[in-house]
Amino acid sequence: MKKFVFFKKKSSGNIAKDRLKILLISDRINCSPKTLTLIKADIIHVISKYVNIDEEHTEIILKKNNKRGNNKRPTLYANIPILDIHE
Amino acid sequence: MCEVIVVTSGKGGVGKTTTTANLGSGLAALGKRVVMIDTDIGLRNLDVVMGLENRIVYNLVDVVEGVCRVKQALIKDKRYQGLYLLPSAQTRDKSAVNEHQMIKLIDNLRPQFDYILLDCPAGIEQGFKNAVAGADRGIIVTTPEVSAIRDADRIIGLLESYEMSKIDLILNRVRLDLVKRGDMMSPTDVVDILGIPLIGIIPDDEQVVISTNHGDPLVETMSMAGRAYRNISLRITGEEVPLELTGTVSFWTKVTGIFLKN
Repeated sequence: MKKFVFFKKKSSGNIAKDRLKILLISDRINCSPKTLTLIKADIIHVISKYVNIDEEHTEIILKKNNKRGNNKRPTLYANIPILDIHE
Repeated sequence: MCEVIVVTSGKGGVGKTTTTANLGSGLAALGKRVVMIDTDIGLRNLDVVMGLENRIVYNLVDVVEGVCRVKQALIKDKRYQGLYLLPSAQTRDKSAVNEHQMIKLIDNLRPQFDYILLDCPAGIEQGFKNAVAGADRGIIVTTPEVSAIRDADRIIGLLESYEMSKIDLILNRVRLDLVKRGDMMSPTDVVDILGIPLIGIIPDDEQVVISTNHGDPLVETMSMAGRAYRNISLRITGEEVPLELTGTVSFWTKVTGIFLKN
């Protein structure tokens, strides 16, 4: 069956979701994805000086603050798993 | 107390007018006094969706310009007690009305109604500004497509800059079979991206086309979309109705779904 050949293929719904996430980052604060990539590289660079991090599972994203109220600004979320700390 | 709700989307063709017509009818069916205002000057549509196009004498611009009184321009729906339509002008453009005139008109209508629904034009120009200016809360209509969601996000940002305190989302034209197969973003995905509360999910339903052809609201029909609109109407009035994702899933989707789970 054709379906099984493409079994590992990402579903188009998820592709749409991922495209939107990237698109909205630049829409929301007028920050290009390129700038974000640079910010990401710099953050990883600085943190790596002190700790070993799991780069593959590092997630640095811009999110709109979903909580209603005073703070509606976009927020930078960093999720950086630490492997071990340099002595 | 009267609540003024703007139905907006940014992108055109996602179902703002259909939503306004059906929420208006749905709320009126619950015994509320409702007026729907078509703010899309130059491209009026709400009258045809409601099947009231032959009863228009005066329109929104006539009222604003003082050609007639508000009462003369309101068209009373014969199907629902307490439901009125204020049609838009077809031969004018968006600049015929400004925000202050719109706010004045709405304040004039507030004492007589429980709900004022504003059908907003597509885009973010003058027509959008007019519709949003007088509104207390917003309902964003979107479909599970990248372009529609992108526009919805922009609109949410704009409504927040107007300091609108309550903004809810309606996800329109959802196909359960595609969602199950992973080929359409799920309501959870969309809420995750837009970050505003979901007030309703409308399945992609052929009854919408059929009812629109007749110029009848579909809230009273037994269709899935009709049921979804009835539930949203109840939620607007503050009643707690659980959200549901309805639709038809073909036999083959079910079968392949069993295999895909492994």
